[in-house]
Amino acid sequence: MTLLAAQDLHLWRGDLHVLRGLHFELAAGQCLQVTGVNGAGKSTLLRALAGLLPLESGTVQWRGSNTRADPHAYHSELAWLGHGTALKADLSAPENLRYSAGLRRQCGRADMDAALARVGFSHSDGRLARQMSAGQQRRVALARVLLLDCALWLLDEPTSNLDSGGQHMFDQILSAHLEQGGLAVIASHQALAVPAGRLQGLELT
Amino acid sequence: MSARTPIKVSPARAGWLLVQRDLRLGLRRPGEWLQPLLFFLVVTTLFPLATDPQMSRLRDIAPGALWVAALLSSLLALELLFREDGQDGSLEQLAVLGLPLSWLLLAKTCVHWLLTGLPLVLVAPLVATALGAPYAAIPGVMAALLLGSVALSLIGAVGAGLTLGLRRGGVLLALLVLPLAVPVLIFGARATALAIAIEPMAAPMYLLGAIAVLSATLAPLAAAAAVRISLE
Repeated sequence: MTLLAAQDLHLWRGDLHVLRGLHFELAAGQCLQVTGVNGAGKSTLLRALAGLLPLESGTVQWRGSNTRADPHAYHSELAWLGHGTALKADLSAPENLRYSAGLRRQCGRADMDAALARVGFSHSDGRLARQMSAGQQRRVALARVLLLDCALWLLDEPTSNLDSGGQHMFDQILSAHLEQGGLAVIASHQALAVPAGRLQGLELT
Repeated sequence: MSARTPIKVSPARAGWLLVQRDLRLGLRRPGEWLQPLLFFLVVTTLFPLATDPQMSRLRDIAPGALWVAALLSSLLALELLFREDGQDGSLEQLAVLGLPLSWLLLAKTCVHWLLTGLPLVLVAPLVATALGAPYAAIPGVMAALLLGSVALSLIGAVGAGLTLGLRRGGVLLALLVLPLAVPVLIFGARATALAIAIEPMAAPMYLLGAIAVLSATLAPLAAAAAVRISLE
């Protein structure tokens, strides 16, 4: 059953016609990997799907209804991770999760520790985000995506700054997410290690 | 992780957590909100130095000095309101939270007022006394500044939202916000002048209150629209 469908998406950035009539359909348990050279519009597409950018024409449908008509219902099932990790530099990892994921879902300390363990973030001491490396920040941001426990993930370059262990960890959490019937749209250059039947590709030019 | 239920966010809980977060961040970085406060103190103490230090003369310029300094100080503080959240992606997260963005920005603006507006009100007795206001005038001066600073923070949120994406938005922010803040300045200074003269100050206070209520209802909506445009 198709949950996320994009029809005839057109979007301009200034004078540039970035998205030219895109179509795709994504069913439960499937992942769409968006590839393309730098500047091809991967981030633009993801931001438009998230509802952060207005579409020139075309529709994005979630569970059969237009996401622009009822954005709150759509957003309540959406976990978004853009270029910015949205971590506050002066808060520790658990505090960051408490004030970002906790804003949307009740999550206790045990849930947060479990999510941090899954992304391989071992330093659950009082280290502030400013003292973490870029890769560790990325892991904490992925822990937030896990905690939100949403059906749809929209992730823009989720594996940037991650080491090879981190890439492997991401493949694992993504596979588990798809296994549970989740959907994901991911802009990434890395090959994603998910079962072939679950993976769709979309190359932007 | 069990069945994926759509997230049901309670607006009150989300607002409260956001308030907690920003307060905690503010307390970890006291320098950010102490600077506008010190600016306010320094500017108001410059007036007795630069003018004839006769008490009667000072008393005449006190309302103007107090309010211009408060306005500039609040302008200085506005840069802190959304800039960092815009840069690190936190505002994007708020925009896709599934709650009205205006409500979340109102929560943020409340904390901003607590950290940068309320301190001005609290040091107002000191400043008013230094500018020659009688002790009996102090409650009135504080009340006027209380209402005025609330309105200034809310109006400023719209400007801060609009200038969010700009690299050097400071001057543009001033040009956008200062004209909108003129009514607050006029009625605030008038109320303060009446308070210092120990006369009834109800009329300008009502108007200040009306401006504060109007900005509390309209400014969050305008700020949310502005932030959405800046996020594009």
